[in-house]
Amino acid sequence: MITRRGFLLLGLVATGARAQLPANIEAIRKAALEEAVRKVVGTAQVRPGRVKLDVPPLIDNGNTVPLSVEVQSPMTAADHVKAIHVFTEKNPQPYVLSAYLGPRSGRARITTRARIADTGVVTAIAQMSDGSFWSDSVKVIVTLSACLEEGLI
Amino acid sequence: MARVVVNVPAEAKRGEVIEIRTLAGHPMETGFRRTQLGELIPRDIIRSLVCTYNGVEVFRADFHPAMAANPLLTFTTVAAESGTLEFRWTGDNGFSATQTAAIKVL
Repeated sequence: MITRRGFLLLGLVATGARAQLPANIEAIRKAALEEAVRKVVGTAQVRPGRVKLDVPPLIDNGNTVPLSVEVQSPMTAADHVKAIHVFTEKNPQPYVLSAYLGPRSGRARITTRARIADTGVVTAIAQMSDGSFWSDSVKVIVTLSACLEEGLI
Repeated sequence: MARVVVNVPAEAKRGEVIEIRTLAGHPMETGFRRTQLGELIPRDIIRSLVCTYNGVEVFRADFHPAMAANPLLTFTTVAAESGTLEFRWTGDNGFSATQTAAIKVL
């Protein structure tokens, strides 16, 4: 008979044995994501909107996740999207891709395939020619993780 | 020589926005995986793709290890004049691949 206390203790042991990961792995990943975003954005404010990130909400295989990013912009010389950056929250390295566009792109839309390590948030950030940043985030559930060898939670 | 594929429409109207699809055959080794003996497999990825339209750069992308193997990327450009589009991939360990596609603008 497992008592409530025994069960909780078991849970604690299991948590400890989960992997040889640093205990504060989530904090480390969050810091890595923030640092990666900071490197791109600098001190500017990132506002939600104008960007549409399209990722399937439920992913069977994290090794190839189709994703597309579309940004509302007239794409003229005066007002266009300069760059689109894609980040994932739980990867060992959060950076996925940066694409640099210009008025000759005609439309701000890219499609690619990414590796996503674990259930979490995927973020796309668009850098406009006027220096503003816009973003969209989608929460995805991953059943088969990419980079399993890293022993993710 | 790596196998790369690009898909560009053969003809387009002037000013039309055309979609370009690119695919490069590459394992995109992340540098986080290990062999069965526990040795780390070194990173080997494509770092960038540059697209030039008659010598003018119209699109550029930086890839990171979180790109899936055989990186696929589609983007758009405005059909300005007849000519050639050149695509160049460069990566770790001196990886380099180029591909060209001709376009006729009516």
